[in-house]
Amino acid sequence: MTEDVMTDTQTMAPELTGNKGLVIDWSSDKQAFHVPWGKAMMWIFLLSDTFIFSCFLIGYMNVRSSTTVQWPNPSEVFALSFGGQPIPLILIAIMTFVLITSSGTMALAVNYGYRRDKKKTVLLMLATAALGAAFVGMQAFEWTKLIVEEGVRPWGNPMGAAQFGSAFFMITGFHGMHVSAGVIYLIVVAKRVGTGYYDRHRGGNYEMVEIAGLYWHFVDLVWVFIFAFFYLW
Amino acid sequence: MAHAEASQVEGHQQHPLKIYLWVWLLLFVLSAFSYMVDYMQLQGLLRWSLILLFMFLKAGFILAIFMHMAWERLALIYAIMLPPLCLLVFIGLMQIEGEYTYIMRLIAFGAAPDIVPPPH
Repeated sequence: MTEDVMTDTQTMAPELTGNKGLVIDWSSDKQAFHVPWGKAMMWIFLLSDTFIFSCFLIGYMNVRSSTTVQWPNPSEVFALSFGGQPIPLILIAIMTFVLITSSGTMALAVNYGYRRDKKKTVLLMLATAALGAAFVGMQAFEWTKLIVEEGVRPWGNPMGAAQFGSAFFMITGFHGMHVSAGVIYLIVVAKRVGTGYYDRHRGGNYEMVEIAGLYWHFVDLVWVFIFAFFYLW
Repeated sequence: MAHAEASQVEGHQQHPLKIYLWVWLLLFVLSAFSYMVDYMQLQGLLRWSLILLFMFLKAGFILAIFMHMAWERLALIYAIMLPPLCLLVFIGLMQIEGEYTYIMRLIAFGAAPDIVPPPH
């Protein structure tokens, strides 16, 4: 009970917003972020993750701009043909749409969570997890094709600059690991929503769904940058 | 506005479903556009300016609407959005370094050797 009271006072924001609100929030040795602590911590984790992915992408930029060897054309490397003409980047495009679809179902899950619609929340979260698993599956297919058929290795490949393989496996591998972890995370939270864990232990507060959603949208956000810089550039 | 204020006081992010559905649709359209950039084989300035434009639009909508940044207070927005600006300096430094290495390689090793397939 005391916990509930504390949460209420902590998340109560002063009336002023904008620049004056900014000063008030940061002054007088008091709580700066008027959000649940779990949400603030998730944002700070995502900030640190931003720097990790940025280091990978900047490293990729550096090796690509410093090599004197021709960079393999991603449009051709990632083309797939279904019987006839190869379609450029088609698998990557499908993966992008799958991930955006999963982001949409997650946003709806958060919305239904706050409406206390348990059934829809659980179903939408499981749909999100299933789409995430499908994404990882397609990525596994892509890796297999690249390694077995195209002969891409972290130290070289037949199509051009050796750094292509190392950048590709590092960046997409780390992103795929995030998606996989996200699938597990979503299933755990969905199970807790379904079994009424948050009703019993959090006074019916479904903010955990929103926090899980932040992580999932971030994974989609990172893919937007990978898609632009690695596959399209 | 009154609605947004209320949701902030509660610490909840409760918004109409419609806005999510619209942004969802928009993200699909933007993704299709960025795929078309590659499909149409656009090159040069047009190619990378369109790639960047669609990328920033998509990232912005995901952050602002799906991640609810548009409705958070400035204290949180600044704490999360300002530190990544340091990356611009990092990008600039690594770009200079990359070009330097490129020139050094050209001077020291000459033009690119023929591509050698990797040992299996």
